[in-house]
Amino acid sequence: MKTYDAIVIGAGHNGLTNAAFLAQAGLRVLVVEKNDYIGGAAVSRELYDDWIYSNCSYVCSLLRPEIYRSLDLASHGLQVTPYGGSVTFMENGDYLGSYWDKDVAHREIARHSARDADAHRRYSAEVMRQTRFIREFLLRTPPDPTSFRPRDLRELGEMAGRLLEMGEEAVYDTLRFWTMSIGDYLDQYFETDVVKASLAGSGIIGTALGPYSPGSAYVLLHHYMGEVDGNIGTWGLARGGMGAVSRAIADAFRAAGGELRTGAEVTDIVVRDGRVRGVALADGEEIPAHRVVSNLDVKRTFLALMEADDLDEEFLRRVENFRIRGSSGKLNIALDGLPSFPALPEGSELLNTDMHFVDSLERLERAYDDWKAKTWSGDPYLDMLIPSLSDPTMAPPGKHFMSVFVQYCPPELASGPWTDADRDAFRETVLDQIARYSPDFRDLILHVEVRTPRELEEEVGLTEGNIFQGELTMDQLLFNRPVPGYAQYRGPVRGLWMCSSATHPGGGVMAAPGANAAREILRDMRRPSTVPEGFGDD
Amino acid sequence: MSRPRHDAVVIGAGHNGLACAAYLARAGLDVTVLEAAERVGGGAAERQLAAGFRAPGLAHLLANMQPEVAAELELAKFGLATVCADVATLALSPDGDHVGLHGDRLKGPVSARDHQGYAELRSRMLRFAALLRPWLNRRPPLLVNGAAGDKVALARLGLDIRRLGRREMREFLRMIGTNIYDVLDEYLTDDRVKGALALDAVLGTHLGPRSGNSVLTALYRLAGDPGGGPGTLALPAGGMGRVADAFAGAARAAGARVRTGCPVARIRVDHGRACGVELADGERLEATLVISSADPKTTVFDLLGARHVEAGFARRVHHLRMAGNAAKLHLALDAAPEFSGAPPDALAGRLLIAPDMDYVERAFNPAKYGRCSEQPVMEITVPSAADPTLAPPGCHVLSAVVQYAPRFLEDGWDDERTGAFRERVLATLSAYAPGLRRHIVAAELLGPADIERIYRVRGGHWHHGELALDQFLFTRPVPGATGYALPLEGLWLCGAGTHPGGGISGAAGRNAAAEILRREGRR
Repeated sequence: MKTYDAIVIGAGHNGLTNAAFLAQAGLRVLVVEKNDYIGGAAVSRELYDDWIYSNCSYVCSLLRPEIYRSLDLASHGLQVTPYGGSVTFMENGDYLGSYWDKDVAHREIARHSARDADAHRRYSAEVMRQTRFIREFLLRTPPDPTSFRPRDLRELGEMAGRLLEMGEEAVYDTLRFWTMSIGDYLDQYFETDVVKASLAGSGIIGTALGPYSPGSAYVLLHHYMGEVDGNIGTWGLARGGMGAVSRAIADAFRAAGGELRTGAEVTDIVVRDGRVRGVALADGEEIPAHRVVSNLDVKRTFLALMEADDLDEEFLRRVENFRIRGSSGKLNIALDGLPSFPALPEGSELLNTDMHFVDSLERLERAYDDWKAKTWSGDPYLDMLIPSLSDPTMAPPGKHFMSVFVQYCPPELASGPWTDADRDAFRETVLDQIARYSPDFRDLILHVEVRTPRELEEEVGLTEGNIFQGELTMDQLLFNRPVPGYAQYRGPVRGLWMCSSATHPGGGVMAAPGANAAREILRDMRRPSTVPEGFGDD
Repeated sequence: MSRPRHDAVVIGAGHNGLACAAYLARAGLDVTVLEAAERVGGGAAERQLAAGFRAPGLAHLLANMQPEVAAELELAKFGLATVCADVATLALSPDGDHVGLHGDRLKGPVSARDHQGYAELRSRMLRFAALLRPWLNRRPPLLVNGAAGDKVALARLGLDIRRLGRREMREFLRMIGTNIYDVLDEYLTDDRVKGALALDAVLGTHLGPRSGNSVLTALYRLAGDPGGGPGTLALPAGGMGRVADAFAGAARAAGARVRTGCPVARIRVDHGRACGVELADGERLEATLVISSADPKTTVFDLLGARHVEAGFARRVHHLRMAGNAAKLHLALDAAPEFSGAPPDALAGRLLIAPDMDYVERAFNPAKYGRCSEQPVMEITVPSAADPTLAPPGCHVLSAVVQYAPRFLEDGWDDERTGAFRERVLATLSAYAPGLRRHIVAAELLGPADIERIYRVRGGHWHHGELALDQFLFTRPVPGATGYALPLEGLWLCGAGTHPGGGISGAAGRNAAAEILRREGRR
C-alpha cells in the first residue's frame, strides 16, 4: 500500500487549501472527509428541492486574494460578486441604511444625526488604518516570543517595526483598539443608538462576547479585513453559494494531482515510536502517511483522535482549556416570493443588503446576557440576507433563499442539552423577530432549516458550534493561537500539523490558516513552495 | 500688590498630592498644597459617623502601598503603622459554610485539588504582579519617540518577561489579556473561592468577572506591599485617617505648606502657560508650576477650561471612562456584628459576599443598563475589631465596599434611590448577619454621586478613571499626557487618574514629582 506524503483530515476550505498547496509542491496528498460532501462549513446544499442553501457560512470577503490568485480559483469557477451596505430596522418604524456611495451614506446618517455623519468619516478612516495594519499579518506565521531563533526574532522585530512606524499617537490608539470593547469604541465617536448598533454587530458575530466586553473591537476588525476585488472591507457573494469556494479549491487540488475521499471518517491519528504514521478510519482501514495535517480544531484533534499517552500533560491541559464556546445559530429559509419591509421605501436597494433588527447597544448587550444565562436571546441580533437577489442560481425564478445568522445561541441550555422542542422554539423566536418588520414574511415560508450549535457540531464538526473553531480573544490570538508554544502550525508529535481555523489567523472563510500551514510544512521539508507570504498589494 | 510667587502649587491634599508635594519640597521647591475639604487625605480621610465612631472614608484597606514611597517619605516616622499587616479573608457562604483565604492557603472544607489549585494560582499571580511592580514606580515610557531611558526600560521589561522562563512567559502573555472567570475555572472548582477571587478582580471597576481585562485588575491589586509582603492587605493602626496624616506629616516636614478649606476655582493661564490658581474666594496664588491631583476631567474641563488645550486632546479626556460603580456603606453598631458560622476572629479580617462567580456576574448585569445590583457584592471590614480606638467601648464600625451602584442611573441618584439601595444592601447583609439591624446606631451609604460630590471626582470613580488595558500604562490617562505633563506649559497631573492608578499607594504622586524635577531641570 502506498504511503502518502501527507493526509489532510477534513475537507473544509482550510484543509483543501492546505492540500492544494502541498500537491502543487509535488507531494502525494490525500484529503479525507467524514461527510459525503466536501466543504465543511463552506458548503452549498440542496436541502429543499431546487433551492441551494449556503447553510453555514454565507458571505465571502475574508478569502485572501493572494490565495485566490495563487490557486487560480477564477479558472476553477469561483466568482465573487460584491454587494454593499446594510440596513438596521428600528423599533420606532424608521431604519438606518448604509450605502456604498460615501455621500449617500453621509446623508443617510445625517438623517439621524448630523454629528454622527461627520464622526463616521473619522471612524471609517481610523478603522481602515487598523485594518491595514492587521492585514499584513494574516499570511504570516506568528513568531514565538519565547524563542531566540533568528527567524522568530526577525519576525518579532518586523511586527514591532510595523507597529511603531505608525507613529506615537497611532501606536497608542492601536493598543487601545486591541483591548477595548466595541461599545466603548463606538461611544467615542457616535451619539445615536442606531448608528452604534448598526456598526457593533461585526464586533460580536460568532463571539461569546457582548458589545461592551473588552476585546470585541478586535472582532470587528476580523470582519473588516476582507476585500472583494481590492475593495477593503467589502463583502461578496460566491455565485452558487459558499460551496463554490470549496469546489474551486478542491478543483485546484485535484488538478495538482491530489486525491479526495469523502464518507471516510478518521477515528485515530496513528502514532508509533513518537511519530505520526497515518490515520485509521471508522471502518478499520489504516492509511499510512509521513505526515498528517488536521483541519479539525484542537479539541477534536488531540482529545478525540489521539491517545493522551502520546501527548504531554501540560499541552493537554491547555487544549482542554482552549475556549471554543458556541454563540451563534442559523436559519436557512426557502421563500415563495420576496417579503416586503414596509419601513423601507419601495424598490429600495437596501433589500439586497445585510438586514439587522436590533437598534441599540443595550438590546445587543441584553441579548448577550441571555447567552450568559444559557438561553438563546429573546431579542436576537440577526444578520439576514437574501442572496438569491444577487445570484439567481440559488432559487427558482421569482422565489428566494434567505440566510439568517443568529446571535446569541448557547451550546448548551440551562435546562441541559438542546432538544428538538428547544430548536423549534428557537426557530419561532427568530421568525418572530423578522415578522415584526415584515408582515407577509411568515406566509411566504416554504421550508426552514434550523441550525443550533448542536447541529453545527454534529454535521460540520464545529466543536460547541463555534464558527471560528475557537474564540477570537487576545489570549487566543497570534502566538497564543491555538495554544501558546504551538502557534507555528506544528503539532506536539513529529509529523503532525494543524491547519484549521483554530490556528492563526482564525476563523472566517479566509483560507489563510491552511496556506500558512502548507508554507510551514514545505519549509520543514526544504521544498520550494507557491504559498503566498506576507502582504500582496491593493 | 505683589504676591509671593510659589515654585509649585499642588491642587488637592489626597495622598498623591501630598506625596508629590513632599518629594518636590525635599528637592528644595517652595510648594503649597491647596485642599478644598477641611481636612487632608481625600479618599484616605476618615469620617465621623456618630460621636466616637470613626469610619474610613473611601479606602478601608491598604493594598497598593508601594514600599518605596513608605520608606522614602519615612511614613512610619509620621505615624503610619499597621494593626494587621496581612489581613485574612473569609469568603462567606449563604449556608454558613465559609472558606478562609490567607496568603497561599485556604482554610475550610475544600477539596485537595482546590488547595493545590489555589496555591498554584496565587504564586503565579504574585510572580506576574512582581513583573508589574517596577513599572508602577516609574513614568510609562514613550513607545516611539522615547528617550534612551525609555528604550532601556522597555528592553528591561522584555528581559524581565523572558526571565520568567518559557513556560511562565507563555502563561503571562496568555493571561494578561483574558478574563478572571475563565482563569479561575481553569484552576479551581470551589464556588466560594472562585467568587471571592472574582470579586477581588472587579472591585472598583466597571467589569464583571467575564469581562476581558479583569486579570489585569487582579494583578494590579497584588502589585502592592503594605508591609506584610507582596500582595497582602493591611489595616492601618488608628484608622485610615492616620495614613492621610502620615502623608501630610511627610509633606510638611519637607517644607511644604498644606492649606485646607480653600477650594481652587480655576487654573490661571498666561501666554500659553499655567501661571497659578485662583481660589473660590478670589485669592490668587502665582506659581511657576501648577500640579493637579484632581482627576483629568476635573482638571482639564472644570479647572483649566477646554479652550486651553487642542480639540483632539480634549476629546480624548472627554472619552476617558471614569463612571464609578462602587458605593460605600458605613455602619455604627452598638455591638459586634455576628455573621452566622463565622469564627469571632474573622471580624478582624475581611469578609466577602460573593458566593460564586455567576452571582458576581449577575450583580454586574444591571449596572450595564444604569441600575443597581439586585443582590450586591460586598467587601466588608470591621476596623474597630482590629483597632478598638475607632469606636466607643463595646461598639463597632462596619465598612463595606458595595457593588454595583453605577454613577449614572436611569433616573439619576436622589435621596430616595440612595435610601432604597441602602435597604437592599442591608437586606443582603442581614442574610449573612441576621441580627445586624438591631444594633445599628447610625448608617450611611455613599453612592457614586455622593462620592463625586464629597471627593470632587467626576464620576465618583476611586481610580479617577477605569483601570482597564486601554487606560493603563502607555495610555493612562490619555495618550498625550502619559508623562504627567498636560499639553500646556507648567501644568501637571499627579493623581490616581495618571499612571499607575488608584489605591492608597502614593506612586502616582511620586512618579509625577520625579518627572517634574527631571523635566524642569531641578533636583
